[in-house]
Amino acid sequence: MDEENICIKENLVYEKPATLLDTPMHYCPGCGHGVAHRLLAEVIDELGIQEDTIGVAPVGCAVFAYNYLDIDMQEAAHGRASAVATGIKRLLPDKYVFSYQGDGDLAAIGTGETIHTCNRGENILIVFINNGIYGMTGGQMAPTTLVGMKSTTTPYGRDTKIMGNPLKITDLIAQLPGVYYATRCAVNTPNNVRRTKKALLRSFQYQKEKKGLCFVEIVSNCPSNWKMTPLESNKWLEENMIPFYPLGDLKSPEGKSIKPQNGE
Amino acid sequence: MKELTLMKGNEALAEAAIRSGCDAYFGYPITPQSEVLEYLSLHAAKRTGMVVLQAESEVAAINMLYGAGGTGKKVMTSSSSPGISLMQEGISYIACAEIPCLIVNVVRGGPGLGTIQPSQGDYFQAVKGGGHGDYRLIVLAPSTVQEMVDFVPKAFDLAFRYRNPVMILADGALGQMMEKVELFEPIPRKTNIEPWATVGKPKTRQRNILTSLHIEPDKMEQINIHLQNKYKKIQQNEVQYESYKCDDAEIILTAYGLVARICKKTADMAREKGIKVGVFRPITLFPFPYNQIRELANKVKGILDVEMNAGQMIEDVKLAIEGKVPVEFHGRMGGVVPTPDEILLKIEEKFVGELV
Repeated sequence: MDEENICIKENLVYEKPATLLDTPMHYCPGCGHGVAHRLLAEVIDELGIQEDTIGVAPVGCAVFAYNYLDIDMQEAAHGRASAVATGIKRLLPDKYVFSYQGDGDLAAIGTGETIHTCNRGENILIVFINNGIYGMTGGQMAPTTLVGMKSTTTPYGRDTKIMGNPLKITDLIAQLPGVYYATRCAVNTPNNVRRTKKALLRSFQYQKEKKGLCFVEIVSNCPSNWKMTPLESNKWLEENMIPFYPLGDLKSPEGKSIKPQNGE
Repeated sequence: MKELTLMKGNEALAEAAIRSGCDAYFGYPITPQSEVLEYLSLHAAKRTGMVVLQAESEVAAINMLYGAGGTGKKVMTSSSSPGISLMQEGISYIACAEIPCLIVNVVRGGPGLGTIQPSQGDYFQAVKGGGHGDYRLIVLAPSTVQEMVDFVPKAFDLAFRYRNPVMILADGALGQMMEKVELFEPIPRKTNIEPWATVGKPKTRQRNILTSLHIEPDKMEQINIHLQNKYKKIQQNEVQYESYKCDDAEIILTAYGLVARICKKTADMAREKGIKVGVFRPITLFPFPYNQIRELANKVKGILDVEMNAGQMIEDVKLAIEGKVPVEFHGRMGGVVPTPDEILLKIEEKFVGELV
């Protein structure tokens, strides 16, 4: 097939989702946010819920998420996205509401809001991007930074004696009765991308059925602050992040089923 | 038909919220205002389907208010001083994103954990900003339980007229005291959809974004200019005050809230002694009645500012007076309420010698 024929509409496997705006993203090359945004847009398109979805953007790298998604959105203060989402959902119970948060936002400054939103079983979706580091502020330690992992504030590697242990927040919140579905995904391989999309799709469907809180963790990479090329960062993610944060459902209607999917 | 009843300030305010067609309340218990949350928990949802949610903290409550207010409905929270301090982050965001809402502060003595007794120690925090950045709240200061009722619908009107958070600043005594109140007829729930609200984007319009982030300095300056212009308009249009026996007064007491009531008693006592005292009471603390106080300064010999703090509103009084007449201060702190006698004594000490 020559180049001209590849680019005709019938041959395209993927097109730009209608919900994804035609705006160049500010994310660094190789960063997982772009894929995660696209998946959200695809799912919103496929469910036909663009007119009924309200998103909440975090403080952190995804602070501009509203520049890329063609839906009504609110920008929250650092860590408070799930409280903002609670306020929206309580007044618009028939709309689809999600928050999109990074590890610092959700698991450090916003731990209280996260735990209690989950514990109340707010009928929303929380998308949690975990790349084990603070991206926007320039590579400081996150609650999810791995033991021994270097950051600008753990220059000799995270030492548990000084900085404590990495926080598996999804494992924690999966214990709460208000949480209906908690899963851990990644966007580093085509297979993982597809599985993440399914998790997002399921979450919005559960929200429609008013089942309670859905929590989708996406283990992701940060090539810039990990000081790696995109390819190296994906390899490092597979070899280090995923073994510590194994992919799979931590809570689902079918029961817990963590299946490590390394290298998939 | 208007309903006459005996109610505690906090409960009367909560009842007024229900009758104002308030859609949602988010709060966290703190003395001396927990009755607002308690009363709404007992009555609101059953009667009107209003959302009433006890948040896990004041920080969560104010951010729930941000989200809920972003849907363009009538939303409120209430707290007391330390709780309002926790809310300041959220209030700054709400002010910048221009989300209308009602925030009630039933003030207690501080700083720190302080005391649960009444105080006016949060004047600076309420009228000068409180959180980060250049912003203003519209601040209404009731002095009776009746005004705790009447100011609620007024606050919602102002909040939506200017897309600005409005604060009712009452001291702890007003929250706790019982008085006769006339309740207004319930106002129907607001049904129109605000054009700026995040309610889900119909195909017919662009997406609505509520944010306080404007990373380009030029854009952020434009937002600030817009906000400052709005505050100027509020200053021009919304000043409210009450004057009591000011027409022939030689001495003016400036006071707000509960203290203004005490000052009226003082004025009556002073007049019995032949000292012509009047009371000027700002009802809106922002916008502050600078012009009205400045005009008074041309007619009187002196002003005694009375507050339940170390002297906060006095700074605005002095700004208004521009040094034309002496401004003295009498304040009690830590939850102590001044008496008419001690205020009268202060008048005599500071001014009477000069009047003779």
